Amino acid sequence: MMNPPFDEVDRRIVGATQAGLPLTPRPYHALAERLGLEPEDVMRRLRAMCERGVIRRIGVVPNHYRLGYRANGMTVWDVPDEAVDRLGAQVGALASVSHCYRRPRQGPEWPYNLFAMVHGRTRDDVERETERIAAILGAHNR
Amino acid sequence: MMNDLERTIVNGLQGGFPICERPFLAAAERLGIGEEELIEGVRGLLDQGVLSRFGPLYHAERMGGALTLAALKVPEADFEAVAEAVNAFPEVAHNYARDHALNMWFVVATDKPERCLEVIDEIEAATGLHVYNMPKLAEYFVGLRLEV
Repeated sequence: MMNPPFDEVDRRIVGATQAGLPLTPRPYHALAERLGLEPEDVMRRLRAMCERGVIRRIGVVPNHYRLGYRANGMTVWDVPDEAVDRLGAQVGALASVSHCYRRPRQGPEWPYNLFAMVHGRTRDDVERETERIAAILGAHNR
Repeated sequence: MMNDLERTIVNGLQGGFPICERPFLAAAERLGIGEEELIEGVRGLLDQGVLSRFGPLYHAERMGGALTLAALKVPEADFEAVAEAVNAFPEVAHNYARDHALNMWFVVATDKPERCLEVIDEIEAATGLHVYNMPKLAEYFVGLRLEV
């Protein structure tokens, strides 16, 4: 099947890996044993979830605070709708940006449609990265 | 301070952990270290709290759930009571005070998409405040590329 639905077995695998993968040489086999499934089935389902984007990535998730990235800011911008996709991709490509989305404006008191979460070691770093975003947006930044 | 092995793991394993019988072995070969070294390295980094997790990162909406970013304009005097009312919803996460007229920002995450709007309505009823609902319209990037 090209696009298997997200089923109960997938859901059990998600539940069993929410806290992480077992730290053993054969983690998927350990997972399969715990769930009463075949290792091949667990791996096939995980691969399918990666292909469908249900799994974004598999790896280590650093605690950014512990790595010294102690400052962050949610930056919001009002850019023309016809340019937001192009500009959003450019802003999202900055290494300091962890999340970059287009969201609906909320009328005159909240006219912003582009959101970028910026991380840095210090508040100054975050301010500097925010200026880089402003430079990318240029005249589109209203 | 982190040693070279730990740095290699943090920088080299933020994605791409393989799905195969001996994934630590395959990943370790790519990083130029040993399988056991990698397993123990990850364990140590988790124990120290340098890593918050090791495993698959799931995409809530693609599992059939829904997620939105919401904000409230809370009168300063009511802030704590409103925070308590909002945080009482199990669907609410990451609730932050921010420096703006829209001064309370949080995420609403639900298993079923239709539940998301219900929760928004229930928060409005519980707080008497308008919820500014800002679901994403497009996603340009999610992730964090941390170099140590």
